[in-house]
Amino acid sequence: MRYLRSRVVTFCISYALWLTLSFSVDWQHLLIGLLVSLFAAFLMGDMFAEQAHKWFSPRRYLWFMIYVFVFTWECFKANLDVARRVLNPHLPINPGIVKVKTILKTESGLTFLANFITLTPGTLSVDVNREEGVLYIHWIDVKTQDVEEASRIIVSKFERILKEVLE
Amino acid sequence: MTDLLSLIFIVVGITFDLFGSIGLIRMPDIYNRLQASTKCVTLGTCGILFGVFLKFGFTAAGVKALVCIIFLLLTAPVAAHALARGAHRSGVRPCKGSACDKYAEDDTSAATKPLKG
Repeated sequence: MRYLRSRVVTFCISYALWLTLSFSVDWQHLLIGLLVSLFAAFLMGDMFAEQAHKWFSPRRYLWFMIYVFVFTWECFKANLDVARRVLNPHLPINPGIVKVKTILKTESGLTFLANFITLTPGTLSVDVNREEGVLYIHWIDVKTQDVEEASRIIVSKFERILKEVLE
Repeated sequence: MTDLLSLIFIVVGITFDLFGSIGLIRMPDIYNRLQASTKCVTLGTCGILFGVFLKFGFTAAGVKALVCIIFLLLTAPVAAHALARGAHRSGVRPCKGSACDKYAEDDTSAATKPLKG
């Protein structure tokens, strides 16, 4: 069968998700979860987990841990930043949509980068142009309109981690 | 001790949810509103769910709360992105006093022209 490895990965993920959600070892639950996961893996195998070999390299998981820590910290900073802005009577914002370049190419890489950007201080991804590797980002406090400079400030620190995890 | 910790997480979560809601009212346009609501409501709700997890531990309810955190972290930014992109493509421009709008400048294809305004 084609995409066998992708299907196996999809099956494992969906079955694990089912087990945590149902959270019982009753045979009926296990059987239904098994059937539904197999069906999902059969349908989605070639869409989800495109490059299955990436799931088997431990180095990526190590970088993923780093990613989680950086992400949590940035997310927390983002919240303090928003709180500071909305509670200030003068509403100190200087919004605008800027353009940044990224070196990430894969779909999953761009997805995670866009998600990351949305949850980090002051930025919200509006659109992604995959062919040119360009992201349009709404920035609540525009510091520069220059593409290179904005890329350095917004994306460069996460790009490296995501490149190690996903590409 | 864990009870106290879980209460702290829930209270902090609710506070951030409140900030997000205030931002939703005070910000001038949809993009800024999305900024405030997405960030604060995501972390606020995650805080509440994590508090629930601490309270119930590794039981059915607690583990579901943990799974919900992952689900929320993955879907909230995607929803915000879809809303922002949809708004921009249907012709909602950033508010007055915005520094720049590179997206509108670059969008020359017919498919992405604003429908009106």
